[in-house]
Amino acid sequence: MAQASSNTPNILLRLWRNEGSRGVIIQIITMVVLFALLAAIARNVAVNLAEVGKEFSFSFLTWPAAYDIGFSPFIEYTNQSTHLRAAVVGLLNTLLVAVCGCALASVLGFMLGIMRLSSNWLVSRISYVFVEFMRNVPVLIHILAFYALVVTLLPPAKKAIDVGAGAFFLSNRGFYTPSPVFEPGAGMVGITIIIAIVIAVIFRRWAKRVQDQTGKAYPVFWIFAAIVIALPGIAFLAAGMPLSWDIPALKGFNFKGGMAIKPEFLALCLALSYYTACFISEIVRAGILAISRGQSEAAHALGLQNNRTLQLIIIPQALRVIVPPLCSQYLNLTKNSSLAIAIGYMDITATIGGISLMQTGKEMETMIIVMGVYLVISLAISSFMNWFNHRIKLTER
Amino acid sequence: MKQTTTAVLAAAVLTLGVTGAAQAGTLEDVQSRGVLRCVVSTGIAGFAQPDANGVWGGFDVDFCRATAAAVLGDAGKIEAVTSTGKTRFTKLNAGEGDVLWRNTTVTFSRDVGVKLRFHGINYYDGQGFMVKKSLGISSAKELDGASVCIQTGTTTELNLADYFSSNGMKYEPVTIETNDEARQNYEGDRCDVYTTDASGLASTRSALPDPGAHMVLPEIISKEPLGPATRHGDDQWSDIITWVLNATITAEELGVTSANVDAQKSSNNPEVRRLLGVDGSQGSELGLSNDWAYQIIKQIGNYGEIFERNIGVDTPLGIARGLNALWTDGGLIYSPPFR
Amino acid sequence: MAQNHTAQGYAPGTHPDLPPPVRTTGPVGWIRANLLSSPLNITLTLLCAWLLWSVLPPALNWALFDAIWSATDRKDCWAQMDEPRAGACWAFIRGSFRLFIYGWYPEPERWRVNIAFILLVLAIVGVLRDSLPGKKYWLWFAVAFPFIGAWLIVGGFGLTPVGTQKLGGILLTVIIGVTGITFSLPLGIALALGRRSKLPALRAVCVIFIEFIRGVPLITLLFVASTMLTYFLPPGSTFDLLMRVLIMVTLFSAAYIAEVVRGGLQGLSSGQYEAADSLGLTYWKAHRLIILPQALKISIPGIVNTFIGLYKDSVLVLIIGMMDILGLGRARLNDPDWLGLAPELYLFIALFFFLCCFSMARYSLSLEKKLETGHAQ
Repeated sequence: MAQASSNTPNILLRLWRNEGSRGVIIQIITMVVLFALLAAIARNVAVNLAEVGKEFSFSFLTWPAAYDIGFSPFIEYTNQSTHLRAAVVGLLNTLLVAVCGCALASVLGFMLGIMRLSSNWLVSRISYVFVEFMRNVPVLIHILAFYALVVTLLPPAKKAIDVGAGAFFLSNRGFYTPSPVFEPGAGMVGITIIIAIVIAVIFRRWAKRVQDQTGKAYPVFWIFAAIVIALPGIAFLAAGMPLSWDIPALKGFNFKGGMAIKPEFLALCLALSYYTACFISEIVRAGILAISRGQSEAAHALGLQNNRTLQLIIIPQALRVIVPPLCSQYLNLTKNSSLAIAIGYMDITATIGGISLMQTGKEMETMIIVMGVYLVISLAISSFMNWFNHRIKLTER
Repeated sequence: MKQTTTAVLAAAVLTLGVTGAAQAGTLEDVQSRGVLRCVVSTGIAGFAQPDANGVWGGFDVDFCRATAAAVLGDAGKIEAVTSTGKTRFTKLNAGEGDVLWRNTTVTFSRDVGVKLRFHGINYYDGQGFMVKKSLGISSAKELDGASVCIQTGTTTELNLADYFSSNGMKYEPVTIETNDEARQNYEGDRCDVYTTDASGLASTRSALPDPGAHMVLPEIISKEPLGPATRHGDDQWSDIITWVLNATITAEELGVTSANVDAQKSSNNPEVRRLLGVDGSQGSELGLSNDWAYQIIKQIGNYGEIFERNIGVDTPLGIARGLNALWTDGGLIYSPPFR
Repeated sequence: MAQNHTAQGYAPGTHPDLPPPVRTTGPVGWIRANLLSSPLNITLTLLCAWLLWSVLPPALNWALFDAIWSATDRKDCWAQMDEPRAGACWAFIRGSFRLFIYGWYPEPERWRVNIAFILLVLAIVGVLRDSLPGKKYWLWFAVAFPFIGAWLIVGGFGLTPVGTQKLGGILLTVIIGVTGITFSLPLGIALALGRRSKLPALRAVCVIFIEFIRGVPLITLLFVASTMLTYFLPPGSTFDLLMRVLIMVTLFSAAYIAEVVRGGLQGLSSGQYEAADSLGLTYWKAHRLIILPQALKISIPGIVNTFIGLYKDSVLVLIIGMMDILGLGRARLNDPDWLGLAPELYLFIALFFFLCCFSMARYSLSLEKKLETGHAQ
């Protein structure tokens, strides 16, 4: 290809051999090919849709969905609601399981990671075997198997286990707890809680400034806790205790009243979180091991106790190593929550991307919505994590 | 080197099969391929399930085999294209299957909207409820507040929602993708009620450890006529599927079974003679060999035989003929005459 | 054991070395150091021992000692136990074992699958072992293997063609895994280079592609492959579902590989690039000889992790109705003779994946140690 001499009259060849113009050519070709491809796809879609007599439109979102959703803890939904509302219910359920899963996975993951570093042989071995087995098995199998366990091992509603004071029940229909019922005056208590938190935060800042300037340390934690608990407590008593509990009770087929954590949610959330926790534990372990021993020795030499060393020296530094991979685990968990469809948890893939798709035959539109939602969630999580990462990086000198 | 790589790649792509969709007649495609591709479910006991050697069997699969017997002369030359409720029409429309025998309800929107052609009904079904006898319930009207297991991807959840709201009852839907998962839930008492087509209930009931402890409630809340489907636009192929089904039904009406089909060839009944290709040229009019119906009955049997073998009262499913008895026996199974 | 020597009778400095105190060596010492070193540790040890004691014996009894290995159906199986379901009924798995491995691959042609499996093992060994004579040819063989394997399995060119519908079980799982792994690596590297390219348009395309793929779950991509892709093609044309799925899986894992490789590229010091430039190497030469070997070496753990993830994700094809090992197993659960044996099935499949993925992970670990030359930063 490079046989021609440099003074070749062929202008194209000359352009090609110049780095700058070559770059432009490559880019133009890329873009032309890309747009040609996209145009061809768009044309094919139009022709194919016309052939099967389908129309590309999102108007179906306003049609009544006509199916029921068993789990909609946040908004009202009936079978007369629209497909759009069904999508929102699905989205909220996805977010719920993602948030719970991430929180649980972090806690479990930190525990497993620290167990793995334990000086106790048995503890570290158990953690090792658990992590290695769990993370090398597909998460879908975890979800299916765990759900099967929940459904077959927990007792049916009629024989629910009373786990506390006749108000908390565990059965394979779910975990039932009392739900709070707010009476008039509860709003005031709510406002007091906010005020108390604001006061406590201001106090904490003040105390930190005092400590920075004078070295005088207040028992910040206790005073903080006292403010947050005492103020709303007083308001609660003053308002005449405007709160009662709706206690679940077995009536007919099911428990009525209270709140229920459904087994589908339970299985999905737990399976996702222990699977992800296995990956997090390795991240945590690597993060802690990455902090050189000298750091903790130096802290000990300064007279810091073990927990203060961990809190002030090790964890802040380890976090910097831990956060980026942790973020991608959160993303994975969120995306894996789409496997909910296998056990009938009504997330966004199962509502709009599942039943609505089936009922309306709008594959293209529903999948665009589902993918768009996941993209937005993913981008949101990664930009939050980037921001957080940036924030803890600033403390580096 | 680059060129070899490209060539190898192209070859691999070709071998893995970039195929033009069936444009010409499906019949020619099937005959030149030598194998019939049927879209079936991923597993419903009695209707379509693989055995330990991977050989598919069941009510729907037998109709697929009957089609293969008619078209290719060999009931064994089938390939099962498994599909979920969600992918079944796409698979058919994309040409991955030649015909859909997959307990699919015939509805207006599917016939017209999804651009399919349905060819009669091979099973009259309706959505029902199954409960444990220990609940002491005798009617679906007593199900207020119950947890209901549903298999998704069908018209089932719509019928259910309609039924409960029109009767002013509440329920907790537990919506599950596959039959085995739903059965596990019902068995584990996650739900009080399992709802699907009555045939599916029978199939599920048969599979429970103690079928006697469960009962199907008398209410049937929907019409679910199940039938085969093909793509729009191939009339010859449509005719073949229609008449394969009709041949099995007519054979039962006329008393032709796989056991006596050879003897029946010398029957005096002109319709039997036409059906079995002794007289007339019905086979060649369809584009098939003249003994097409003979092959179906010889290799697979008539409608009654297919029914009894896979889902009848003597099988674990134990479904009575009911609506699926011949019209002469008070059922709805009826075939236009072979004339 | 304790020896009570006294110092008497030895001149200073002539006393032979005593064995270390028994409490610090041997099993006893090990137990003291690793299990009982502090009150907290003792509590933890007891807790763990209790946990193991309450979990392991029943689990082992169920899975091994009370398990039934041959039976005609589940009732026969349960009849052989003291009480139904006291043990696992492995007869179910055993009876369907060939189906689980070969899927619906035609019986007389299964030798081809066997050869493909053997060649796969050879290709893997060829890649993994350094000390083989003719290493270069082994590598070429490994590169050619996916094509040879594809030819063996789908046929054509002299072999009886076998439709992709006949593929199922472990065979299908391995096909998805191997294809994805083989093709996603070069594609991922190309994407990573594209993302670091100086050309803005090229870079933008790569970034959008990578971020899009990484932002959506695999099953939505599989839904696209199974239900929507035919809309994208010229009217009236279609191509094999397996092919569509393979392409989606490859694209999916390529996006992740691209990010791992990009991490590796960023981990190299800019001195490496400058050194390559100062030697007058072209872009491709610099990357082939200097940059990529180092960057890939740093990325090995990440790449292998992506491969493991891809292999595990291959089970998701069951959601679009393909019969991989999990899909096939669940279809078998519908056999009236063997209903309700889900625990056995899930455990079997879990063990299968564990063996495959764990060995990959261990290998990556050993490779990491072997290649550790201190270049990583």
